[in-house]
Amino acid sequence: MFEIFDRLGDYVAYNLFGLDPATPLAAAVQFFVMDISKIFFLLALIVFAIGFFRSMLTPERVRKVVAGRSRKVSYPMAVGLGAVTPFCSCSSVPLFIGFLEAGIPLGVTMSFLIASPMINEVAVVVLAAAVGWKVAMLYVAAGLTVGVVGGLVIEYFKLEKWVEEYVWKIQMGNVAMPAAASGVKQRLQYAWGEVKTIISRIWIYVFIGIGIGAVLHGFVPEAFFLKYASADNIFAVPAAVLVGIPLYSNATGVIPIVEALLAKGVPIGTVLALMMSVAAISLPEMIILRKVLKPQLIATFTGILFIAFIGVGFLFNAILT
Amino acid sequence: MKTFKVLGSGCKKCNVTADLINKRAAEMGLEIAVEKVTDMAAIMGYGVMSTPGVVLDETVVHSGSVPTAQDVQGWLE
Repeated sequence: MFEIFDRLGDYVAYNLFGLDPATPLAAAVQFFVMDISKIFFLLALIVFAIGFFRSMLTPERVRKVVAGRSRKVSYPMAVGLGAVTPFCSCSSVPLFIGFLEAGIPLGVTMSFLIASPMINEVAVVVLAAAVGWKVAMLYVAAGLTVGVVGGLVIEYFKLEKWVEEYVWKIQMGNVAMPAAASGVKQRLQYAWGEVKTIISRIWIYVFIGIGIGAVLHGFVPEAFFLKYASADNIFAVPAAVLVGIPLYSNATGVIPIVEALLAKGVPIGTVLALMMSVAAISLPEMIILRKVLKPQLIATFTGILFIAFIGVGFLFNAILT
Repeated sequence: MKTFKVLGSGCKKCNVTADLINKRAAEMGLEIAVEKVTDMAAIMGYGVMSTPGVVLDETVVHSGSVPTAQDVQGWLE
């Protein structure tokens, strides 16, 4: 189904540019063209389809649905809805306050915030197209689990004291529900608007990701990864997670790198741990959340995810290689 | 005179929204006031969880995205 993008890559690299297929540059160019066309095509298609079919899933609705539920229901719900509810990271703060104000526990709220950037339907489909459904499903399962565990740990240690005091005092007015599009024309318009919004928000991450993926694919020899990133090297997983923490990219943007690393024989656990770390924890996100969380909670939150991602990496490396 | 408030913590989309309203009003030759509200307690007070939000004469008319040109037109008429 996706050979057409492969062939487009071949055509541009070997015919149009006349590069010798045996050279690193040809491999890099081929990878770059193939991934650019494939990822942006899928991205537009999926975002459009989802935008059209879904009656708008917004953080306001999630808040309403999750509030007042028992923990057994609210944790899985928070991560599940976190995965499919789109929101801009600039809305993290009002979202966080809005959840707490509705009486949703801190742990559940954090679960939502952990799962949301890590998993989304677009990234899952693109990941499946790039490296297969098995890896994509493992990624989703691991991401949902980390989301729930992260929230539960925060609940267990009763870390509410590390939320800024003013947050608890805020009273919300009647919550404004963003209007949902109705009718085919409005839905088409909405879906097209979504494609534009999402691509304009994440294209740069995807572009950079594909660039890095192409360089890895073409220029870094397999032997390099065998030497430093094999499953035998116990530092490989922690190093991958550590590298990913300050880096930020949209989940979709990491996929070309995942694709290139897996093709070079880097073990799957190491690669997925890196992807989670890049997508879930980032410096800009921490700076935004600093408005509502004290530094101790940000540090704890990062620490929990750091350990959880390392655990995921080792677990997958152990059972799948 | 209509008074608009654009709610949001100073993200790019909030500025785009404010510019959109100002520009359209200028084109229509209307005099309006547009104020950017960045204080989180005030934003939440309007019940807005997804920014940018738009408040027209103290009523929330929009939240969660940059409004469309038709929306803006509708508020100004």
